[in-house]
Amino acid sequence: MIIYRYIAEGLFIGFIMLVMSGSILAVRSRILMHAVLGLAVSFLGVAGLYFFLGSMFLTLMQILIYVGAICVVLVFGIMVGKTPKEIDEKQLRGKHSILAVSLSTVIFFMLSASVFFAKWNPVTEKIGDFSMAYLGKNMLYHYCLAFELISVILLAAIIGAIILARGGREADLG
Amino acid sequence: MEMFNFLPPELIRMIIFVALLIGLVFLNALVMVYLERKIAGHIQRRLGPMEVGPHGIFQTLIDGIKLIGKQLIIPRDVNRPLFRLAPLLAFTPVVLPFVVIPFSQKIQARDLNLGLVFIIAMSAINVLAIFVAGWSSNNKYSLFGAMRSVAQNIAFEIPILLSVLSVVLMTNTFSMQGIVTAQSNIWFIIVQPVAFLIYFIACIAETNRAPFDLPEAESELTAGFHTEYSGMGFGLFFLGEYGNMFVVCSIATVLFLGGWHGFTLPFNDYGAIIWFMFKVYFLLFLMIQIRWTYPRVRFDQLMNLAWKYLIPISLVNVLITAVIVKL
Repeated sequence: MIIYRYIAEGLFIGFIMLVMSGSILAVRSRILMHAVLGLAVSFLGVAGLYFFLGSMFLTLMQILIYVGAICVVLVFGIMVGKTPKEIDEKQLRGKHSILAVSLSTVIFFMLSASVFFAKWNPVTEKIGDFSMAYLGKNMLYHYCLAFELISVILLAAIIGAIILARGGREADLG
Repeated sequence: MEMFNFLPPELIRMIIFVALLIGLVFLNALVMVYLERKIAGHIQRRLGPMEVGPHGIFQTLIDGIKLIGKQLIIPRDVNRPLFRLAPLLAFTPVVLPFVVIPFSQKIQARDLNLGLVFIIAMSAINVLAIFVAGWSSNNKYSLFGAMRSVAQNIAFEIPILLSVLSVVLMTNTFSMQGIVTAQSNIWFIIVQPVAFLIYFIACIAETNRAPFDLPEAESELTAGFHTEYSGMGFGLFFLGEYGNMFVVCSIATVLFLGGWHGFTLPFNDYGAIIWFMFKVYFLLFLMIQIRWTYPRVRFDQLMNLAWKYLIPISLVNVLITAVIVKL
């Protein structure tokens, strides 16, 4: 069906636009809140790209974790903390802007060169199984140690956060 | 029909479904507001709306038209783009979950493999919308409302996920249709009563309803995060809220009350929607009744309820379920 192809291409371009505009907004905006929301838009675009690549699970996790958790925590930080509403024009410019621009241009050309010169073999069949059952089994059997280590790190982070929060409250009372 | 040949039937089906689902969101809000006012009236020994139509059944329709006709006032000091964006951002993620809700065996827009995760991911965007609304209004009531709302949502999302998880452990699938099919013999409310209770309590908090309606506590915060909104800006938040209630109640129906299962009706593949709607509206009725029965909790009580009671209980519940499933 030709219309599906049009829709797919349109969506792909749309997702790319989301990522690009979101990240430009995140870096260039003078209002902190706009920057965070730009980041959220960019994350949504990345989620769309995952969807385009055929992994519904990654798409949903991207939305759930990056948009739903990380962006919300960032916004929370902005609202609770004493942050300036607008950033000075001076701070946006930075000292090494020429260096940064040249470096990112070089990286851009290197990446696009490697994309253009790579030999893309057309895929005749689906390689591997990326369903949730497969992911879960691998996580718990094959990569069990890594999985457990990550959980320990997260546990340590949670305990640390609780201890920090307690200290703050006691200091306020005393 | 020549001219429609370039449109594949699946696409047409999808468009029709989305149009119907948006219609359902609006209709549900109309019905729910009417029910809410009527039930509240009878609980308080009044009659509720009586003027427009027999027993006031057209009251909410008239109110809705009035709301659409009202001027959209944008205060001078708000952050204009975000202020305009927030209602849309709050409304869209409420419509999307309807896509995966199985109204009956055949009536479902799309049966995703990860339907349940899809709904939970969409509710994450909703939190962001409340934040944007509260912050962009540049008003302390809105800001406080938004902050309360997000603290509440983060806290109550955990028991929701854990109670959902204990059902998923039993069914081994995230597909909504699959979970319903797994309950053809026994409804999960009988096997998982604790998970159902936790889910229902946490959902009342998640939808910002009394007794957990701190984000919009009228007596403290005027109206919370949508204080500055007028006309349809407020209307979209309102629609979103009632749509959200419908979504959480239909998840509860799918997970615990057997979805569209019931006595076989004529044309059961489609007719079972009556069972589904009946169960959903029964849960919604319970929610309304709870709202008009219990007083609002304090914020520390709310947080204690989530972190000290619901989360530990649901963790133990998941553990027990996992052990029993594996035995």
